[in-house]
Amino acid sequence: MSAALSKKERLKISRNPMPEQEPEKRVCSFDEVPLGYSIETAILEAQRCLQCPVPTCIEGCPVRIDIPGFLALVEQGDFLGAAQKIKETNILPAICGRVCPQEEQCEAVCALTKKYTSVAIGRVERFVADYERASGASELPELPPKTGYRVAVVGSGPAGLTVAGEMIRKGHDVTVFEALHRPGGVLVYGIPRFRLPIEVIDHEIDYLKKLGVEFRCNVVIGRLYSIDDLLKEEGYHAVFIGTGAGHPRFLNIPGENLNGVYSANEFLTRVNLMGANKFPEFDTPIVRGERIAVIGAGDTAMDAARTARRLGTRQVTIYYRRTAAEAPCRVEEMHHATEEGIGFEWLTSPVRFLGNERGFLTGVEFQRMELGQPDESGRRRPVPVADSNYVVPAQVAIFALGFNVNPIIAETSPDIITTKEGIIKVDTKTGQTSKPGVFAGGDIITGGATVILAMGQGKIAARSIQEYLTNR
Amino acid sequence: MIQTRYEVVRRREIAPKTVHLAVRAPEIARKYRPGQFVIVRTHEHGERVPLSLAGSDMEEGLIYLLVQAVGKTSGEIHDLAVGDAFLDVVGPLGRPTPIAEYGTCVLIGGGFGVGALQPIATALRDAGNRVIAILGARQRSLVLLEEETRALCDEVYVTTDDGSHGRKGIVTDVLREIIERAPVHFVMAVGPMLMMKAVSELTRPHRIRTLVSLNTIMVDGTGMCGSCRVVVGGQTRFACVHGPDFDGHLVDFEAIRQRNAMYLAEEREALERRRAEMEESCQVAALAGQTATARQSSTPKES
Ligand SMILES: Cc1cc2nc3c(=O)[nH]c(=O)nc-3n(C[C@H](O)[C@H](O)[C@H](O)COP(=O)(O)OP(=O)(O)OC[C@H]3O[C@@H](n4cnc5c(N)ncnc54)[C@H](O)[C@@H]3O)c2cc1C
Ligand SMILES: Cc1cc2nc3c(=O)[nH]c(=O)nc-3n(C[C@H](O)[C@H](O)[C@H](O)COP(=O)(O)OP(=O)(O)OC[C@H]3O[C@@H](n4cnc5c(N)ncnc54)[C@H](O)[C@@H]3O)c2cc1C
Ligand code: SF4
Ligand code: SF4
Ligand code: FES
Repeated sequence: MSAALSKKERLKISRNPMPEQEPEKRVCSFDEVPLGYSIETAILEAQRCLQCPVPTCIEGCPVRIDIPGFLALVEQGDFLGAAQKIKETNILPAICGRVCPQEEQCEAVCALTKKYTSVAIGRVERFVADYERASGASELPELPPKTGYRVAVVGSGPAGLTVAGEMIRKGHDVTVFEALHRPGGVLVYGIPRFRLPIEVIDHEIDYLKKLGVEFRCNVVIGRLYSIDDLLKEEGYHAVFIGTGAGHPRFLNIPGENLNGVYSANEFLTRVNLMGANKFPEFDTPIVRGERIAVIGAGDTAMDAARTARRLGTRQVTIYYRRTAAEAPCRVEEMHHATEEGIGFEWLTSPVRFLGNERGFLTGVEFQRMELGQPDESGRRRPVPVADSNYVVPAQVAIFALGFNVNPIIAETSPDIITTKEGIIKVDTKTGQTSKPGVFAGGDIITGGATVILAMGQGKIAARSIQEYLTNR
Repeated sequence: MIQTRYEVVRRREIAPKTVHLAVRAPEIARKYRPGQFVIVRTHEHGERVPLSLAGSDMEEGLIYLLVQAVGKTSGEIHDLAVGDAFLDVVGPLGRPTPIAEYGTCVLIGGGFGVGALQPIATALRDAGNRVIAILGARQRSLVLLEEETRALCDEVYVTTDDGSHGRKGIVTDVLREIIERAPVHFVMAVGPMLMMKAVSELTRPHRIRTLVSLNTIMVDGTGMCGSCRVVVGGQTRFACVHGPDFDGHLVDFEAIRQRNAMYLAEEREALERRRAEMEESCQVAALAGQTATARQSSTPKES
């Protein structure tokens, strides 16, 4: 390796762009859009890190990855070492490197951000994880002797996977219960393959299986077994609830149950989990149309719109009641959507869906909005403009308006205290719920956040479960 | 705990295109309650389809399903032989039917709904109710589980559209007479949407508590997608987690009927494809048979 670079030399290197598939080509397939750094680019990007004595970047990462530590190893060409370093704190680097909103987290507080541009931490993280996966060298850590304790994890999203990984490494037996036929949570059914290939998720789940985690798909906790059943009859000593918040919201406006009106979850699940893009080779159908209207402007909306485009839809438009500046999605995703020919209409909100005599959607009536006074969230509140209604034709409309909490657990375990929206109340420092031995984390305690936050809460809960088990 | 192989252990063709299956699923057999359902998948490319639980045998660890072949997936399920297995069976799903001591209960079943009625009838009887069942069908050969239902209920009436068995007419003709004769405290209808609607209209003026079991199109069955949404009392509800049973007097049946026709074109396409594939595989099998005999002396049979 070359001698260490001076600070000046490091500052001269500019942030390396991510190579990507061309927009015209990529809208015809579900192949991943960003292609990943090459070895040379990854090293070059790692060289940009100043190895700050007080690395602020770590503060920005919810799981506190030793960022300068792994970047130094990448700089030295020790990619497997870098992977080990990351995995000390983050068991899903290939996933986080792809889907973390880095520009708001680690990269937002990188020392270079103010005057220069931040180190592309997420991209290097992704490179390291991909390198390790391709090398086939992911080493299994040595596991301590079995403790005899059994931990039940409910839900196999990022929160549940994190807890499973932490607990198996402490020598406990771990069973993950998943309602769907495939583990992964939103990573599998929500986030599309062109952002997160299935091999990446399967690799992480296989790794956990190799460590000895048992996955039981097709089990809905609250229906087949209640939380009490797990603790009293099935012999588990602790339970972690990571069931997510995937209960889609609708607006209660006329026509929203017409054929062709979907929640983003349904639209994405039909494609991602059930293969509806390959109908009739796969049996699950999906309504297709010339024009698709997506309502909302979060990550979910971008994913639905970009998926709609890949089903061969000529015109896909995103409608949002505020402006681009307030759109909650990642900047990168809006940029990708724009490149793929997706249209945006700001300051507009649906009031009614119109259908034909057979109950199929034909159009959406919108109303123009303008921004008024700021609300509690500090964002300016959209207010309707009088007499501004207009109708756009559409055969499919997709609601991407966020989520309520799934009612099954709360309904069947009344001793687990929730807010009136159904969010499980926990001590945020420990993940402890109101029920002894039962912990929770992820979207079920926040009502909807990010992969890495869910993982961070999983780690906190895992630490408390460990304490709980050892103090029994 | 070992993952079950959801094997078909017994299979009975009870009417044209209609089978009664006993499937190995010991945990579900032990835990389910009347009114709940499962979602199944037959193969990797398959659709997830809901089926009502038509009873169980706890000792043998079996659940019962009554399946009518109406399209591609139900056709595939119908064709499963003893020893074949489902790829996935998830359940029990949905809220159980509320069982209480109501007094006189009338259960009305049409089509595959007669399956779901069996455990509900048993539970209502066990709770001390007088249980009357009305089974409706187009013709004699389509009357399902009549013997079994008679064994469970105090009275059973059968109606057929053409009068080939039981009474000529429809289920509501009988229900009307029963209501006129004596007080009825609880009515439950499981079957075709039109039947459930007609029953609900009939009981409405009498203010008899009436439940219907809504068979909407579903994907996950856990409240995650909203495919199963129905309008009840002006509110959007999810049939898989808030139902499948709802107050028949509050349900917007027309909206469900329309939503259930959402994929008609695609369903037809899938069914035709399956027919073509089956024909093709028959031809291939026939051809393979011929060539195998022709080649018997020279080459060993390929697998
Ligand atoms: C379309 C979409 C795109 C997104 N994009 C991003 C992104 O780019 N970056 C980012 O950081 N975040 C993104 N998010 C948010 C992120 O995916 C979630 O915050 C995260 O997945 C939450 O993790 P979780 O472990 O809490 O739950 P989930 O991932 O929701 O997993 C919960 C699992 O529990 C299962 N389950 C539910 N109830 C039961 C039960 N009763 N019994 C058994 N199993 C049950 C569910 O089937 C599911 O598999 C996105 C979300 C969506 C919907
Ligand atoms: C709670 C519930 C319980 C049910 N119980 C039974 C039962 O015990 N026995 C039985 O034979 N059938 C039952 N059904 C109906 C059964 O699920 C459908 O007949 C089956 O899905 C049809 O699939 P297909 O591919 O064969 O037919 P298709 O040709 O795809 O469809 C035929 C009709 O079935 C309905 N349907 C299609 N796809 C779905 C789906 N994914 N989910 C639900 N309905 C769909 C539609 O109305 C459609 O028009 C039940 C449905 C629900 C919701
Ligand atoms: S896990 Fe996410 S926040 Fe943490 S370093 Fe990686 S990309 Fe940044
Ligand atoms: S803050 Fe930026 S430059 Fe400093 S150590 Fe972290 S990544 Fe490197
Ligand atoms: S089937 Fe998906 S929410 Fe009910």
